[in-house]
Amino acid sequence: MKEMKIAKNDLVSFLDTLITEYEVFAPVKKDSSVVFQEIYSGSEALLDYSNSQKPPKEMFFPQKERLFSYDLSPKKAGIEEPLLAEKQRIIFGIRPCDARSFVLLDRVFSGGVYKDIYYIDKRKKTLVIALGCNRPKSTCFCTSLGGGPFSQEGSDLLLIDIGQEYVVQVITDKGEELIKKHKEFMEADEQSLFSMRKVVDTAEASIKFRVDVWKVKEKLDGMFDDPFWDLVSEKCLGCSACTYLCPTCHCFDVVDEVIGQRGERIRIWDSCAFPNFTLQTSGFNPRPTIKERVRQRIMHKFKYFVDNYGVAACVGCGRCIRECPVNLDIRAVLNSILER
Amino acid sequence: MKNPYLPFAMRIDKIVIETEDYNIKTFRLSFLNKEDEESFNYLPGQFAQLSILGVGEAPFGIASSPTQIGGLEFTVNKAGVVTTALHNLEEGGIIWVRGPLGNCFPLEELEGKNIVIIGGGFAFTTLRSLTNYILNEKHRGQFGKVIVIYGVRRPGLFLYKNELKEWERRPDCELYLTVDKADEVWQGKVGVVPNIIKEVNPSPENSYAVVCGPPVMIKFTLPVLRALGFLPERIILSLEMRMKCGIGICGRCNIGNRYVCKDGPIFTLAQLSELPDELLIWR
Repeated sequence: MKEMKIAKNDLVSFLDTLITEYEVFAPVKKDSSVVFQEIYSGSEALLDYSNSQKPPKEMFFPQKERLFSYDLSPKKAGIEEPLLAEKQRIIFGIRPCDARSFVLLDRVFSGGVYKDIYYIDKRKKTLVIALGCNRPKSTCFCTSLGGGPFSQEGSDLLLIDIGQEYVVQVITDKGEELIKKHKEFMEADEQSLFSMRKVVDTAEASIKFRVDVWKVKEKLDGMFDDPFWDLVSEKCLGCSACTYLCPTCHCFDVVDEVIGQRGERIRIWDSCAFPNFTLQTSGFNPRPTIKERVRQRIMHKFKYFVDNYGVAACVGCGRCIRECPVNLDIRAVLNSILER
Repeated sequence: MKNPYLPFAMRIDKIVIETEDYNIKTFRLSFLNKEDEESFNYLPGQFAQLSILGVGEAPFGIASSPTQIGGLEFTVNKAGVVTTALHNLEEGGIIWVRGPLGNCFPLEELEGKNIVIIGGGFAFTTLRSLTNYILNEKHRGQFGKVIVIYGVRRPGLFLYKNELKEWERRPDCELYLTVDKADEVWQGKVGVVPNIIKEVNPSPENSYAVVCGPPVMIKFTLPVLRALGFLPERIILSLEMRMKCGIGICGRCNIGNRYVCKDGPIFTLAQLSELPDELLIWR
């Protein structure tokens, strides 16, 4: 389908109509940060923002999720599967880097022999409308990872802000169906497309940092025992902010929680930065210090994931750079790997 | 689509206290549901996740052999939260099970070969499964010589004592039991497993070694096997890492780019040599 466009004035009413039919999630200002949450009116959506603090991966992989529940009273002993969501959902306004993270997570949750039905069900029932990134942050480096401020991967529709209107790139059949149902959209004319190209070029050119992640991977192939890891991990506090805020980190713990006679087995986000992550009951820990844990994080993203899926587990969103309490900049780490 | 996180219930038919310190018990479980039984097709080397509702879940090698009809057996060393709760259960109690998980010993590859089974401590569970599988009348003819070398710290810590006696009586199985430290009645070998392997001196000719035990035993066993002439492709190890999901998604049991839960737990030394030595045992 050709590029479409929608007037900025029509966007709120478009969202309002979507809300009648779908659960719509959009960026909203909460305290001092931007979060994704369900909106009940189109005007709640924040359209001028850089990115959310927490990645929208929790739309499919919530920080805490019930796997099943049970009753411990002797008469009822048995487990109950959670109900899957009935309503279709739309995530509106996520950035192309985060949309791309879904494609990476798909490989883990639905690409193997075992299918994670909780993730897959939510993914199937969700339509992704991304908002191109006109003003990438100084910490953004998506273009090094195979993405870009207007990358289409992972989105059904991509909106690009060109001033008075949005150009709409129609990426999937699901996206096309939605467009056809709404009369606010019309075919984009030459003038709009021209403005769009200008916006795209300017934004792409503003991302200065470049690193060849394939070269990084080749280096990492032989670096497991390199003293480099002692140096690079020296200032890491092991706080795990980088992994919690990473849109592609997918590690989780499984625990039972009980209140009274009711219990649940849940999964919660976990992090390779924590000492308990690999601690065995015997007391043996294969990753006993921060050095092995930092190595695991970098290796997983830039070597193991590449070995297994042909792509790095990073989208260059820069959250880990912005939120690290000791300024451990992953771009600097990648550069120093190349210098080894 | 099958939900891989849902366990099914099994009933404890029998509990055997294996060791003199009461710390290791074997649970014989029976399926409550015919469908669960029919879909649970396993081979020696695989594991399952056992759980108690309200407590938690942990992985255990399947100690029974698929040649045993009906039910499953798991041998549990009391060490942490889940294993302690398992030890507190009684016959008739319920254990929730997910599995079978992971790969199995490469049985087809082992066919026609002599097999040296080397185990230490309570890690002998899946080796017991393998030994019983091979010694079963239906399979015995498919394999060559069977040598079992099994060591524990002291005589009272051997698992499956009755079965060991049976194996000892069989002419088609060479069994070498050893202890680190003997007591007044022990008349068998004394010495750590790597030393006993040297003494037994198994031929690498047409042979495979299958090793499972604590990291320190593996660490000192591998050089002995190499010196005897066993090739890395013919040294098979079963590994342990902390696990949660058991299906290659939760991201914690990796060694390099492989997950022990899904790509293992069985690896050849040749395969491991390609991976970073996270456990510091094979380099």
